[in-house]
Amino acid sequence: MILTNVSTVPGKTIVEHFGIVQGSTVRAKHVGRDIMAGFKNLVGGELKGYTELLQESREEAVRRMAEQARTLGANAVVNIRFATSSVAQGAAELFAYGTAVRVE
Amino acid sequence: MLEIVLNNLGLFLFVGLAVLGYFAGGLAERRHYRSIREREAELVHLPVVSSEDILPDRPVARSCLVTGSVVVSIDYFKRILASLRNLFGGRVGAYETLVDRARREAVLRMKEQARRRGACMVLNLRLETAVVGRSADKKRGLGSVEVVAYGTALVPPRG
Repeated sequence: MILTNVSTVPGKTIVEHFGIVQGSTVRAKHVGRDIMAGFKNLVGGELKGYTELLQESREEAVRRMAEQARTLGANAVVNIRFATSSVAQGAAELFAYGTAVRVE
Repeated sequence: MLEIVLNNLGLFLFVGLAVLGYFAGGLAERRHYRSIREREAELVHLPVVSSEDILPDRPVARSCLVTGSVVVSIDYFKRILASLRNLFGGRVGAYETLVDRARREAVLRMKEQARRRGACMVLNLRLETAVVGRSADKKRGLGSVEVVAYGTALVPPRG
């Protein structure tokens, strides 16, 4: 599966469009991480636990999107965009969408 | 003496945390900026563009999505400064450096990922900023930001 965030796949041509595909995941952080983040909030700096959590969740969202594209018969997803929203206290939604295409 | 401390525990805690935030936060920020500058100098030869129609002069063997993300939090002292700034309005320098650090760090991580994959260029850079971890700091709202940078890495053929 080729993933890009430009409207084509450089070096290849699009032969078929399958429309929008999307993947999303809602994650809550666990209490331990939250407490650590609370301490880290005092001194500032990177909150590694959150960085990892969001990174994993984003990968999961991309995987779901790619899975959806594969079931449509696509071999690439172009024009991928990411979005983040906090749906509830302590939980974040990570969302990825793009256009499924077949390239040659 | 002990009695005074006990009676004003809240005040002492507040001042103590502010002092801790001032020194530890300041140190962490300076160290982070130094690391950002070093890595930016190291990765300056990997061009990143925010447009999609600038193509490299070399042929492209494959392309892939690269991302980089970071969650950065502000320290206690700067949070107090920022809330004081809220009274008078104007530039909030404390948050300016926070988002600046976060963006540059996210772009650097994306470039590092692109370099590991042997890319010669990154097309169509996009940056998203989100406020996270509200529950860790309910009362004051904004405390940490997440920035994600993503783009399409172009990898030239081997050899």
